Amino acid sequence: MAEANLKFRRERLDRGIKARSDTIYVISSYREILYLLLPRVLPVVGLLVLPLVLTGYWGKVLIYACILGLLALSWDFLASCGMFSLGQAFFFGVGSFIAGALAKYLQWPPLLTIPVATLGGGILCAAFLSPVVRLRGIYFAMITLVGPMLFSRLIIATEYLGGSHGLSSLTPFTNKWVPPYLAVGALLVCLFGFRRIINEDYGLVLNAIRDDDRAVMSAAINIYWRKIQALFIAGSVGCFAGAFMTHQYQFVGPSAFALDYSILPLTAAALGGAGTFAGAVFGSLILVPLSEALRVLAGLRITFYCIVLIICIIGLPEGIFHYLQRKYQQFERLTEI
Amino acid sequence: MLSLFIYGVIQSVTLALYALGFSLTYGISGVANFAHGGLYILSGFIAWSLMNTLRLPIYLALPLTVVIAGLIGFALYWGLLVRIRGIPLAEVVVTFAAGIAILEFLVWIGLYGFYYNLPIFIKGGIEIQGVAVDYQRLFVLGIGVILAVLLWLFVHHTKIGLAFRGIAQNEHTALTFGIESDWTGALSLAVGSALSAIAAVLILPMGVLESTVGYEVLIFAVAVAIVGGLESIPGMIIASFIIGFGQIAVAKYIGSKWMVIVPLGAIAFILAVRPSGLLGKFKELEERV
Amino acid sequence: MATEAILKVEGLHKHFGGVVAIQQVSFEMQPGEFLGIIGPNGSGKTTLVNLITGFVKPDSGKVIYQGKEITGKMPYTIASFGIARTFQMARVFYHLPAYKNIIIPLCSSRVKKLRGGQYGERDETAVDLLDDMGFERDSFVPYKLAGSLPHGYLKRLDLARALALRPNLLILDELFSGMSMSEVASTLPLIEKFNREGLTTIMIEHRLKELFRVVNRVMVLDFGQKIAEGSPREVMNTEQVKKAYLGSEVEID
Repeated sequence: MAEANLKFRRERLDRGIKARSDTIYVISSYREILYLLLPRVLPVVGLLVLPLVLTGYWGKVLIYACILGLLALSWDFLASCGMFSLGQAFFFGVGSFIAGALAKYLQWPPLLTIPVATLGGGILCAAFLSPVVRLRGIYFAMITLVGPMLFSRLIIATEYLGGSHGLSSLTPFTNKWVPPYLAVGALLVCLFGFRRIINEDYGLVLNAIRDDDRAVMSAAINIYWRKIQALFIAGSVGCFAGAFMTHQYQFVGPSAFALDYSILPLTAAALGGAGTFAGAVFGSLILVPLSEALRVLAGLRITFYCIVLIICIIGLPEGIFHYLQRKYQQFERLTEI
Repeated sequence: MLSLFIYGVIQSVTLALYALGFSLTYGISGVANFAHGGLYILSGFIAWSLMNTLRLPIYLALPLTVVIAGLIGFALYWGLLVRIRGIPLAEVVVTFAAGIAILEFLVWIGLYGFYYNLPIFIKGGIEIQGVAVDYQRLFVLGIGVILAVLLWLFVHHTKIGLAFRGIAQNEHTALTFGIESDWTGALSLAVGSALSAIAAVLILPMGVLESTVGYEVLIFAVAVAIVGGLESIPGMIIASFIIGFGQIAVAKYIGSKWMVIVPLGAIAFILAVRPSGLLGKFKELEERV
Repeated sequence: MATEAILKVEGLHKHFGGVVAIQQVSFEMQPGEFLGIIGPNGSGKTTLVNLITGFVKPDSGKVIYQGKEITGKMPYTIASFGIARTFQMARVFYHLPAYKNIIIPLCSSRVKKLRGGQYGERDETAVDLLDDMGFERDSFVPYKLAGSLPHGYLKRLDLARALALRPNLLILDELFSGMSMSEVASTLPLIEKFNREGLTTIMIEHRLKELFRVVNRVMVLDFGQKIAEGSPREVMNTEQVKKAYLGSEVEID
């Protein structure tokens, strides 16, 4: 068998339909239109319909999956310019506590707290992490790792912002359709927004910074400012997720900095495939329901995520989304050597 | 004032012991072992099991724990890290995930609350000019100093130590001299884990054995490494003294609930002033381009 | 010459640990000049480039560019003034297609300003520039991932990225090392052409023959010190230079 294999090698080729729809902008047949639209429209329609179908418990799971999808998107965005975060919980927690404090102490409605927490939180996160953009390598990972842990301990120890009991009975969302559609809508906007940004010049520069920061510097681009902007964007998305969940649970406590919010986005992005954004969303839409279905694992939830994460990093560095994309766009054949 | 000094020193040495394994592994092979906190608690649990389940005497159980922890570190390298060696971020994520998996698994099997305890070696204590210090704490102090000296001798004066330093400076060059990078990497993890086990069996008897402590250890190890500078063991020791004394001073004059602000403040300050840490090499630009 | 020097380096000094990399180096360049910097390995040529372009901060000394002091400014600030450089080990964006490598400098505010606030057809500009560099427009080469290109192409890609910045001063750090003879033969006239059109150029090179053909003036570094400066013929007849280059016969035509 081994000898037979030596004579052939596997070759991957783009499908004809991919080549046509990539380069020729004349849409010539329904087949090609469908080929292009289906993978984009289907998930969108699916996500928009799901809140109508899923109510009660599974409706909540959907919202949770969307929120973690947002965190995963924010992780992937940072990763696309070379900043690997181990603490998405930092963004989540900052957003949560801003929204919580505004709702508790100033009685602001969600309509105000969420935008303020999103923008203000983004600025705070970018400011706090801005010194790190000058360092390369694993510093960013280390700082984001200890950040949320220290903040939650600070809140518990000092008993500010509710201490270990947290702030409860915050203003809920008034309409029952608001939470699911806000979550799904934000997820879709972020997903397509980020994919758009990364294909524009702006994203090109971010990707280039990940590849070689010095070469970008010698191209007269202020990489530190760009990285801070990226931090602001990713931080805002994470803070939005936090602020949203604060009003959804009507509660915010030190658990907003919990490990779940750091590990799960990372696992989702690794499982789905980093760098595409769609992979991150895909990953969280698989992982969250899966871990809910395996309720027996309740206490082992994080262990489960960690194991999936390790397997993904070591065994499937490509991720599911890249695999599917390849199958959709290319075919394989054996060619003689 | 004297109590501030004594407790400050003890706290600092404790922090240095927390961070020693982490910093040494990074210094030797460039692997940031974020499973450090997990290994710390795991060692404590192993020691507990050896003593309570297998009924081994303490003088057998503790050295055995250190050996087992070393083997676990070794296995961690050959099982997981060897496949992703050279991709620093994958290493970070995998060790982090492994550490968290260990900690959360231990929570699941019930490692929280006050049930699990390690015995202290020597009961009682002495009074130094009105400041009560128990023997265990003095023991920690002594072992900490001895370990630091031994490590220094090991790294600077033995063959393996020199090989380690070679790897840390330039892996490819070291390879051409016949130093096997994978074996040194595995050894670095083994030594790092063994050190965390030593820290665990020394320090855990003075507190409870539970998973949250593991996170604490990880936070302090990382905080100390950030403040002191990643590659630098002297930097690490200085940073532990700064944070240790800072914490004791804050606890004494402001209130013990504010202790946690010390590492956070130290990190924020060092990031703003000298992002690469006190003795870290500022690699931002000063690299051969 | 009465014109103001475009680049003036005064008493530049830098040491790494105990090693002195650059010791009291001073020189001046007039607009449009073509300066060659030569010297044995480890004589501080690359460090000098890094000092001028801001990648390394000097211990003392000044770099003055178009009358402004730029010592110790950040590399991107210096680049935005119009000093472009290539790297000894080509630094390209391996995960981007070759032509997108060129779009990065086209996104900088410097190029935007030069183009009157308009991007224009950037893809077109990028491919044009690469076409000049020998990445044939109609082949697949400009659209391939940079990581899949051979080394000679990477060096030229690096050069194209520097040129895309529309620099006033171009610094080439051992551009030809690792290039094949034919690649050198096709790239050299290009650099000459840009220089004739007014681009001030500094070239660091070990291939002395090619270097001497294009430069007006040569500066020789040895152990971080400037040991000679002048026309190629003058310099190579200096006793010190002969000693530094002991054993190598260089033919000047």
